[in-house]
Amino acid sequence: MKRKFLLARETSEINHATVKNDSSDILLNIFRGGPNGKPEKSYDSYHVPVSRWTTVLDALLYVKERLDSSVAIRFSCRMASCGSCGMRINGIPRLACYTKISELGTDTITCEPLPNFLLIRDLVTDFQQFFNHHKKIQPYIQNMHLDPTMERLGEFNQTPQEVDEFLQFSYCIKCGLCYSACPTVATDTKFPGPQALAQAYRYFADNRDDSAQKRLDNVDHKHGIWRCHFAGSCSMVCPKGVDPALGIQMLRSHLLSITKKPKKKRAELREINREGS
Amino acid sequence: MKIHYITGLAALLTVAIHVMMRVIVPFSMSLEYENVVANYQNILYALLLESVLVLISIHGFNGLRVMLLELRQNERWEKFVTLFTLIAMIAVIGYGTRTIIIVSGQSL
Amino acid sequence: MEALKNKKDSNAWTNREGLRGWLNPTRYGWERLSYWLMRVTGLFLLLYFVGHVYETSNLVGGINAWNAMLELTQTTFGHIFLILVIGASTFHSVNGIRLIFAETATGLGKPGRPDYPYEAGSLNNIQRSGIWVALILAAAAMLYGSSVLFGGE
Repeated sequence: MKRKFLLARETSEINHATVKNDSSDILLNIFRGGPNGKPEKSYDSYHVPVSRWTTVLDALLYVKERLDSSVAIRFSCRMASCGSCGMRINGIPRLACYTKISELGTDTITCEPLPNFLLIRDLVTDFQQFFNHHKKIQPYIQNMHLDPTMERLGEFNQTPQEVDEFLQFSYCIKCGLCYSACPTVATDTKFPGPQALAQAYRYFADNRDDSAQKRLDNVDHKHGIWRCHFAGSCSMVCPKGVDPALGIQMLRSHLLSITKKPKKKRAELREINREGS
Repeated sequence: MKIHYITGLAALLTVAIHVMMRVIVPFSMSLEYENVVANYQNILYALLLESVLVLISIHGFNGLRVMLLELRQNERWEKFVTLFTLIAMIAVIGYGTRTIIIVSGQSL
Repeated sequence: MEALKNKKDSNAWTNREGLRGWLNPTRYGWERLSYWLMRVTGLFLLLYFVGHVYETSNLVGGINAWNAMLELTQTTFGHIFLILVIGASTFHSVNGIRLIFAETATGLGKPGRPDYPYEAGSLNNIQRSGIWVALILAAAAMLYGSSVLFGGE
């Protein structure tokens, strides 16, 4: 087994050597510091060979594996699905696995922890406050008209149009990039952030949920939805096309009674649940 | 924010009329003392000025209040900001109204 | 996470952008620039408004007080300041109207099924054109104001 492994490594080194003709070196500056790391904030610089498809995460892992194993980074899926590797890359919050070195258009890459999150160490931040804001908006279907005996419970029927009302907001991977980009979050600790507000809309718009008024009341306070000023930065950085800015403005239009949730749909849903599956 | 939208739109209308009144006469004439006082003594214009004063004060100081509330989040700060902007707003409205009343009441 | 339990330490590592998060408008596109300009012009216009209410109160002091005030304000610097006020108020008003539409989800498109490259539907040229129109109108108003103030009647 060991021999096979060595052979595999040699093979990959040969492949890397072939690709190396197209590769170049970049200077990777990584933020160091944090309560669990070095007490002083600093940047450590590393020369990393990259080629056409190298991502920032690849470069960081190269540093961690070969140059300095003490660099703290968080990552998991490597394919923009888990949301773990969010960091500030050349001043803008991005996913490290989803950002190619080549698309940054420069040979100097600076990686810093996500702003507006509590720092743990180096590039790793604490998401507890972010998750607390999410929990406060009650991110689950609430339906008081379900049959309490659970005897005649069937699935909720939704047309494709009804699903489209909220589907894109459900693609949120909770990466925190929007929370970092938001100018209100930069100063207002009580503001829920674009992610929580967009999820509030996701459940508001879902016709399986009948707590619409409660959800509106939840965000209707001076540090709630009214502190969003449509700076659009959240939607600009979102890697999944969730467009939280759209969700927030749609929620606001309901709050201002400019758009009204059709009563007819809610009545139909109650009817369906009464009849059973 | 509803106050902000409503006062913003209303202020836009009233300020546009206020500016138009200046623009339709030659610039140097529009600033001569007698012409300005004569304008103030027209009751409709005085009412227009008063509404500009009130609407812009509310819109402006509410905007300032919004910006300051976002900077810090504790009860003491919030009370201070609300009180400060309210007092400033009342002071500016009061001072401007005094000018309008005195000048519009001046005998020709 | 023992270090995080110490409140003083955690404050040092909060990593909130703070006011710096408001001040740099260049990183996130037109809408962030519009947010920055609305705040800057709003504050500027508030200061101008308070000054304007004070300056016009000189009417109460009679013709001499009024003329003395005019001597201070009808200068080159005063005219340049007024041109900035014209530009700021035009931009703030027109962009404000655009924001009233945008913040009520008018012109932002409808939710759908995102696909690569996952660009946000709300950051579209329809609502962005409001920002461009506001900037163009502000520039035009400033040009007109300059022609009146500096060019004579």
